[in-house]
Amino acid sequence: MSKDFNFEAGLEPDRFELAAPPTYHFDVDRREFFRFLGAGVLIVCVLKDACALQESGAGLGAQGPSLPKEIAAWLHIGEDGNVTVYTGKVEVGQNIRTSLTQAVAEELHVPLSSIQMVMGDTKLTPYDRGTFGSRTTPEMNLQLRKVASAARDTLIELAATQWQVDRKRLIAADGKITDSENKRTVEYAALVKGKQLTETLPVEDPLIPAAQWTVAGQPLPKVEGRDFVTGKHRYPCDQKLPEMLYGKVLRPSSFGANLSSLDTQDAEKIPGVIVVHDGNFVGVAAPTTEIASRAISAIRAEWKSQPQISNKELFDYLKKNSAEGGGPLDSPFRYEKGSIEKALASADHRLQQTYTTNYIAHAPLEPRAALAQWSGDDLTVWTGTQRPFGVRTELAAVFHMPEERVRVLMPDMGSGYGGKHTGETAIEAARLARAAKRPVKIMWTREEEFTWAYFRPAAVIDISSAMNKDGKITGWEFHNYNSGAAGIPTFYDIENQRIQFHPANSPLRQGSYRALAATANHFARESFMDELAHTAKMDPLEFRVKNLKNERLRTVFESAAKKFGWGRAKTGAGQGFGMGGGFEKGGNVATFAEVSFDRKSGEVKVVRLVTAFECGAIVNPDGLRNQLEGANIMALGGTLFEAIEFANGQILNGRFSDYRLPRFSDVPVIETVMIDRKDIPSAGAGESSLVGVAPAIANAIFDASGVRLRSLPLVPNGLRVA
Amino acid sequence: MATVRQLNVNGRVYTTDADSDASLLFVLRDHLDLTGSKYGCGEGQCGACTVLIDGKSRRSCITRVGDVAQRQITTIEGLAQGDRLHPVQQAFLDEGAMQCAYCTSGMIMTAVSLLNARRDSSAAEIARSMEGNICRCGTQPRIVLAIQRAAKAMNESKQ
Repeated sequence: MSKDFNFEAGLEPDRFELAAPPTYHFDVDRREFFRFLGAGVLIVCVLKDACALQESGAGLGAQGPSLPKEIAAWLHIGEDGNVTVYTGKVEVGQNIRTSLTQAVAEELHVPLSSIQMVMGDTKLTPYDRGTFGSRTTPEMNLQLRKVASAARDTLIELAATQWQVDRKRLIAADGKITDSENKRTVEYAALVKGKQLTETLPVEDPLIPAAQWTVAGQPLPKVEGRDFVTGKHRYPCDQKLPEMLYGKVLRPSSFGANLSSLDTQDAEKIPGVIVVHDGNFVGVAAPTTEIASRAISAIRAEWKSQPQISNKELFDYLKKNSAEGGGPLDSPFRYEKGSIEKALASADHRLQQTYTTNYIAHAPLEPRAALAQWSGDDLTVWTGTQRPFGVRTELAAVFHMPEERVRVLMPDMGSGYGGKHTGETAIEAARLARAAKRPVKIMWTREEEFTWAYFRPAAVIDISSAMNKDGKITGWEFHNYNSGAAGIPTFYDIENQRIQFHPANSPLRQGSYRALAATANHFARESFMDELAHTAKMDPLEFRVKNLKNERLRTVFESAAKKFGWGRAKTGAGQGFGMGGGFEKGGNVATFAEVSFDRKSGEVKVVRLVTAFECGAIVNPDGLRNQLEGANIMALGGTLFEAIEFANGQILNGRFSDYRLPRFSDVPVIETVMIDRKDIPSAGAGESSLVGVAPAIANAIFDASGVRLRSLPLVPNGLRVA
Repeated sequence: MATVRQLNVNGRVYTTDADSDASLLFVLRDHLDLTGSKYGCGEGQCGACTVLIDGKSRRSCITRVGDVAQRQITTIEGLAQGDRLHPVQQAFLDEGAMQCAYCTSGMIMTAVSLLNARRDSSAAEIARSMEGNICRCGTQPRIVLAIQRAAKAMNESKQ
């Protein structure tokens, strides 16, 4: 790694995205699959290698095919004038269906209502690695603007040829080309006549600058919003086909358990029930959900399991089972600058602390769901996933078939937050459908989603720091065990640094979660900054600014401070103020928190959150504000009370009555300051906006109570002070 | 095993052959193809499955279909009158009170039930009434604003 780490350039965006590998390995030589094998097709299983990479922390780095250069792959103008746009990105509630539509409307100069987005359909849309890492706005938004701009140029060219006039006098607007001299017009549809735009994207094509946007940059409402308030929209779990059966899967008694005996006779006797047993997979398909559940209950199975650790031993376990170098868990991130040893030796102040974060669940309100249909040897699956192309690869691998025979479609789903990178239900539904010879739908229960999906990784973070007596940080050593390297580089200006991520053998299946490890890393760093400020006897804001050169970050801290009223006197007992902020995935954020602490009852209440945010030119201000508010509320849960409890390969609090999520009464006053930098390319906002919340609240709790809390969640049972 | 032969949903009589012990939610979704009511937890904790029984909100996932066979059931699909949205639906659109919107139908049904009972609640009272509904995307402040907007609209139009 180069000497000066350019934290703004960041890590490769998806280097630390995680996708847990599929857990099923179906028999290959069963008669149902003979056609694939009998045909003598050579099938290379690429998934195994991909999984090995993912397990070692290398993430979803595979690039896949490069973006198609033909306009036709992305955009089609119909004879009726309607514009269809194709993207492999998916809508999971972040409202990119709206923001991408705006981008196309802006450059193509057509009414918003004429644009239809086809998203996440592996047959129709160009390959896409997946919707994660806040890449839609910086990459796909830009790509579709280029496509729409090239299409507009092509249309002008067509009109110029048709009319035999100089293209400079032609104006594209509202789905038409107008000749500015004689006011003659022609509609786009009449120029194209339903044909494909076979032109390729030019290498250089100036786009409309953000300062001149008229459609992009506007606070437009969710497209097709009406379908969502009337119940008309069909989510993955709402998909249906004629003759469809409902599937259920028999779950092992604990993680890693193996089937030692199985008796399915009683289940098979229930009319209409089909039982499938393939390796460790046991599932049923039935005419209704109730009958499927009854059939699963009628199966007698014994499982062999191994003793496993509980959450009480978690943090010791992670450190003991981490890589210090060498072996398959070799650190994928290590950064050195100057000499941390020398800095510590000559420091006026030395401070050392450990921070931890627990596993938490994504708990998307729509659990995993899939509907699978075989037609001969072709498989079609409708499923909720952030990676339709990744799920296609998983399906092709487990069924030993070419990817071309698999089609995955992703209807706009009930959220993901990084928790739906994998295709469990797609595989289960497809396996049952293969046996049933009818379409099968699988919809996980909440308990299944809590248990058999994957979690946000737990973290242990050790920090040592050296500081001069005037509050200048001179040395910074930072080690993250297990949770990841996202947001691990410090943006403070420090001469001597050692920063390292140590992958560990996680006792639970873990994967990506909105903002990845940036939440844990910012929590530790920004809490520690507060501790340093107190050691230096400096105001925490002044202390940060002293150690921070980056203008964009200084601006968000100062803007949030102003809106919050930082420095004002406290108005009551138990009141506390704190801040935290940082940079991640192109977004700069600072969050200021006010908490109230009731010493008698131990109750900690977050009263107010103020978040200032800047991610370049804003594409949709209302969409951005919605994301910021949502990020603050989602982050509240993991900050205050969310934690997965587990023992012996079982989840102990895997339901909403046992696992507390933020509810209406938990929601504080939330204020946002959005800084629109029209001179900077737009970046995503859904992830970076979370990272300031945990440290801001932890620091405010210290301010209110004098107690330093260094483990997330901070106050699952309130705060007792002697 | 007792069977429910008829259900009154959204002003229409549906014939069915559901087991009376089956959950209303799954009968609505699987048998009647009314998929606007959502499964979220199966234990009445998240509110995504909320429907109205004789105008009052109820968690359909923990309601035996046999218990409501003679009652008037309203789901999200039955709220709008033709093309005209219910004021609560309109207010959710106007406030942009959704992200993934999976919780939206349950939120709207709970809010309609609340506004059927009273329309002068403060923001804090609305929040308390909505405590049993989870929005994982974090649009709660907008939902409160939407309900206040709908209350105002309903008062003005005397609905």
